[in-house]
Amino acid sequence: MRRGNVIPWRRTVAMVAAIAGVGLVSAYGAAQRLGDLGVVVERAVGRVLVVDTVRRQRVAEIGGLGDLSHASVVYSRDQRYAFVFGRDGGLTKIDLLRARIVKRVVQSENSIGGAISRDGRLVAVSNYRPGGVRIFSADTLELLADIPAVYGNGRRSKVVGLVDAPGRRFVFSLYDAEEIWVADLTDPGKPVVRKFRHVGRQPYDALITPDGRYYIAGLFGEDGMALLDLEDLDAGVKRILNGYGRGQRKLPVYKMPHLEGWAVAGDYAFVPAVGRHAVLVIDRREWRQLGQIPVHGQPVFVMARPDGRQVWVNFAHPRNDTVQVINVATRKVIRKLTPGKAVLHMEFTQRGEQVWISVRDDDRVDVYDTRTLERLASLPADKPSGIFFSARAHRIGL
Amino acid sequence: MSIMTSIQRLSALRSLLVALALGFFCTPVFAAGAPDTVRQKELLHLLKQDCGSCHGLTLQGGLGPPLSPGALAGKPATVLSRIVLDGVPGTPMPPWRALLTEAEVDWLIQTLIQGRYETR
Repeated sequence: MRRGNVIPWRRTVAMVAAIAGVGLVSAYGAAQRLGDLGVVVERAVGRVLVVDTVRRQRVAEIGGLGDLSHASVVYSRDQRYAFVFGRDGGLTKIDLLRARIVKRVVQSENSIGGAISRDGRLVAVSNYRPGGVRIFSADTLELLADIPAVYGNGRRSKVVGLVDAPGRRFVFSLYDAEEIWVADLTDPGKPVVRKFRHVGRQPYDALITPDGRYYIAGLFGEDGMALLDLEDLDAGVKRILNGYGRGQRKLPVYKMPHLEGWAVAGDYAFVPAVGRHAVLVIDRREWRQLGQIPVHGQPVFVMARPDGRQVWVNFAHPRNDTVQVINVATRKVIRKLTPGKAVLHMEFTQRGEQVWISVRDDDRVDVYDTRTLERLASLPADKPSGIFFSARAHRIGL
Repeated sequence: MSIMTSIQRLSALRSLLVALALGFFCTPVFAAGAPDTVRQKELLHLLKQDCGSCHGLTLQGGLGPPLSPGALAGKPATVLSRIVLDGVPGTPMPPWRALLTEAEVDWLIQTLIQGRYETR
């Protein structure tokens, strides 16, 4: 009798384990391939595609993510979980292995991106409305801290350019207040905020250098950038590239440029000029402008291939059917590609042998070989925007 | 001289007639102002995808303010058209005059005010 009870129980356990095991590999292969995966945002339909960068295939779809205009993604350290930041305040944790939503919270009315702490424990979201930053447990998405971006007479500023920094800190810029804040979350329940005022007019986005040392905010309202040395906060915010337009008239900007990652190669850094058909070249030792490279349109993303030998640039509406490739050694455009209507984003594979390009209005993601500059593959996608590979899990500032 | 004058008169009269005829045929088209259905589709795409990059795909706002019928209530259409055509100096709102005609902008503004667009 006793034996009879035990055996079915064990069988049940074995069966459950077997089913779970099947579930784990059912979607598209084994757990050890997480490093080859990524997501493509299909922004208009509130869905992400899970893609395999080796097979160059779509492997799964995860829907129900809300309004994904301007959506961005960060990864857990193990590359299994992606945190998707939507426009509608939605923060969604998805499981790439099981291709499903783990948890979703709508944490504000309007948001613009986020970051994950180095230890992988905290996820921060920057909000337009109500303006501020909210910090969540990466594990449960439970709210741990709220940092309202209050300035002046109690007004709330939109927050942009949120990045994680060494020492369990998050750094972000207040668009309306023209401030940069450094929030220390050593104790997540009690954030300690240091504020830097008068950083320049309308900081619109920011980045952190791959060594985690410098935070640089781009300014929309004037020609220049605001630089903060995170190892020497007492030195304050320094203005760099002042007046880079040299009095040239700015063109109307139909799409804001983005500062994502850091197009840096040797001693050079490359950033978009606001309202001009130019990429600025900076000497990153002295933060001085060395020159500018004339390009096809107003740059949106200026991204360096991981080995730093090429910089790829896409452009604002209405000149957004084109991508240009700059040779870093000569600082000249070596190739103009026209992938199709409305190129929105580009993402390199870990070591940069491929670049994936979203072509929104043609409903495609194209894969290029960065050596031959030939197209290798093309995947259908519904109005694709951002592309985020799991390799970001191991890169500072992404 | 008098022959010349009459030729000139005739020519002037003909120009006037041509102008009137053109006016007759063209005015209703421009007055109605509505872009044709193909262009309307393009404009709606632009509204959602490109205006949407600052105002949100569902036009609930972003770096730019929301453009929902509620948010626009009480704002005169002429003022809104002017904002789109000429931009708002000191903000990221660019002038669209180089890319859109006044009739197209007027049509977009009516579309926004009446909420005649898809927000999924």
